[in-house]
Amino acid sequence: MKHLLSTADLSLEDAVLILDTAAEMALLTDREVKKLPTLRGRTVVNLFFEDSTRTRISFEVAAKRLSADVINFAAKGSSISKGESLKDTALTLQAMGADAVVVRHPSSGAPYRLAHADWIDATVINAGDGTHEHPTQALLDAYTLRAHLAGPTGSLRGVRVAIVGDVLHSRVARSNVHLLQTLGAKVTLVAPPTLLPIGVEQWGCAVSYDFDEVLADQDAVMMLRVQGERMNQAFFPSTLEYSRLYGLDTPRMATMGTNSIVLHPGPMNRGMEISADVADDPRSLMVEQVTNGVHVRMAVLYLLLGGMKESAS
Amino acid sequence: MSLVLRGIRPYGDDAVDLVISDGLIVDIVPVGQGQGDVIEAGGLVGLPGLVDLHTHLREPGREDAETVETGSRAAALGGFTCIHAMANTTPVADTAGVVEQVWRLGERSGRTQVRPVGAVTVGLGGEQLAEIGAMANSAAQVRVFSDDGKCVHDASLMRRSLEYVKAFDGVIAQHAQEPRLTQDAQMNEGALSGQLGLAGWPAVAEESIIARDVLLAQHVDSRLHVCHVSTAGSVDVIRWAKGRGINVTAEVCPHHLILTEELATTYDPIYKVNPPLRTASDIEALRAGLADGTIDVIATDHAPHPHEDKDCEWAAAAFGMLGLETALSIVIATMVEPGLLTWRGVAERMSSAPARIGRVREQGHDLVVGAVANVIAVDPSAVRSITATDLASKSRNTPYVGMQLPGIVEHVLYAGNPTVLHRQLTW
Repeated sequence: MKHLLSTADLSLEDAVLILDTAAEMALLTDREVKKLPTLRGRTVVNLFFEDSTRTRISFEVAAKRLSADVINFAAKGSSISKGESLKDTALTLQAMGADAVVVRHPSSGAPYRLAHADWIDATVINAGDGTHEHPTQALLDAYTLRAHLAGPTGSLRGVRVAIVGDVLHSRVARSNVHLLQTLGAKVTLVAPPTLLPIGVEQWGCAVSYDFDEVLADQDAVMMLRVQGERMNQAFFPSTLEYSRLYGLDTPRMATMGTNSIVLHPGPMNRGMEISADVADDPRSLMVEQVTNGVHVRMAVLYLLLGGMKESAS
Repeated sequence: MSLVLRGIRPYGDDAVDLVISDGLIVDIVPVGQGQGDVIEAGGLVGLPGLVDLHTHLREPGREDAETVETGSRAAALGGFTCIHAMANTTPVADTAGVVEQVWRLGERSGRTQVRPVGAVTVGLGGEQLAEIGAMANSAAQVRVFSDDGKCVHDASLMRRSLEYVKAFDGVIAQHAQEPRLTQDAQMNEGALSGQLGLAGWPAVAEESIIARDVLLAQHVDSRLHVCHVSTAGSVDVIRWAKGRGINVTAEVCPHHLILTEELATTYDPIYKVNPPLRTASDIEALRAGLADGTIDVIATDHAPHPHEDKDCEWAAAAFGMLGLETALSIVIATMVEPGLLTWRGVAERMSSAPARIGRVREQGHDLVVGAVANVIAVDPSAVRSITATDLASKSRNTPYVGMQLPGIVEHVLYAGNPTVLHRQLTW
């Protein structure tokens, strides 16, 4: 595999290999010197057409721990806003000898175009494209679920996960549905009908409009960020009503199983999809997700920039 | 001096000599008996020159994408002896001055008849009627009015437009797209758009406007033409309207007869078009509607764009694809070869009907003695492989690159003058 564009492209073996490798990378964190020489002399470009400090920093830390040279390229606007075109940016990076391009873009499919349009030779890693996918977020979510529910190298087969909120606009949801189902988990999407895509019944997972009905049966609940502005497009009547029906607050959390956990990709809207008390509860693993994000991204960079070949041979 | 199309098979029937003089078909005689300069057309299918109701020539304003001259070359090579130049130029063709400019450029080119389409509203703004009467009475003699690219979505304005053009025997060609249902829309709405994360373009956004407009056309007893019908539901609505005797006509584009939404999985904007590519069942309904006459015409929606507007990410790309030079081949592949349309049917859908709708007196005649000699000779068995750089259009945005398509236009006579001979432009 050369690129990571969609979790739909990952076989069970690929996914498990990435998660196992991430577990090995995690061991590095306990060392005093948190650095491997693996990618010395390789150049990783963080190409961000959209602000996302946390994802960019996570990739930067991951690449640096593998000793890669890191270039942060914050493109001012995409060609939609008449900045430099994606193609010209790509040609520039190609000329500079980038080995991997980590791309965040507001347009769905932009990383796919970058990987397939004959503009560059580099490995392309999708760091979030429009409302399409965010594969490394799903991988870090799976890693976190595994660590808490199945043991470091355990299987997620049969683990029940509810993904709650704005599925329609969520790249995190799409990547998680593919990956978690590949790993054998049982996924339930929970949202008002307006925030579910047409055709979602073909995604192979369960769908519910009623958060309370499904909550007690879940091993994990993944809350999605919901933008208050969606109210203005009539996706829901008010933030208060949304919060009442689909927000995770303390009374609702009390109906969850005692060992079940809460994930959120961040940044959170406290008081909207998640109450402050729930966000700060020990069973909410947002901070750990951030840590795991570095391990997973190290694993992805390591495997795509050569490690995958070694492990295959 | 006379020309003889020797051995041509009108509508695929028995071979004859078609004798042409002074711009008219003057005689139809057994093979070998025609007198004059011979154009060898043995075995070729003879059809009346094709008429396109929906062409974007981009001039004035976007001469980097296409000009009247380059578009006319593409039209001639595609077998079109008449094209209708859409109004969404810069400036918009919403005055007599602009439509006359386009018309004169067409006359100067002389390769095909260029009929300008006038805008319905000023600047395609959808708010104020353009000077339709001035355009109708200009040298361009405009009869088709359209805000194509934008929908005349205001119901009251649409009603007034339909009423107003009755004074000039005009027709409103509606781009049926409910704007609020298609905000930021990128592709057909369905399971696939959800997976690809591309904002959906629901079929109902097209069908609801068509349903409203046929009822408006009935209410004010005027003529409505529906541009680029793309969904099975639209075919049903139009079939229902025709059943009620409503004066509505409709067109379908070649690409909507052959390409499906699955192509969007490549995220290659060469497949980005408005209305979007739909599903296989839509294609089936469109072909059936075209076969049974619910859909009256095939129109290309030839939409040239410079390379940079397609060599980018999907959302940033322009909508549209080239069509003039491949239209007949797609119709042969999707309608003639499967037995859905005879050659006479092709002549009706691609020549007579569009000429009637556009009120183009000189076009769409049957191949009979006395008709204006707009005649094309087609080799239906020849197969060609499409390459973008071989096209006469100034742009390269054809979705058919690498496909093997049947049918080549060998000769074209426009008002008796050969514009294409042996697949080559004559000048």
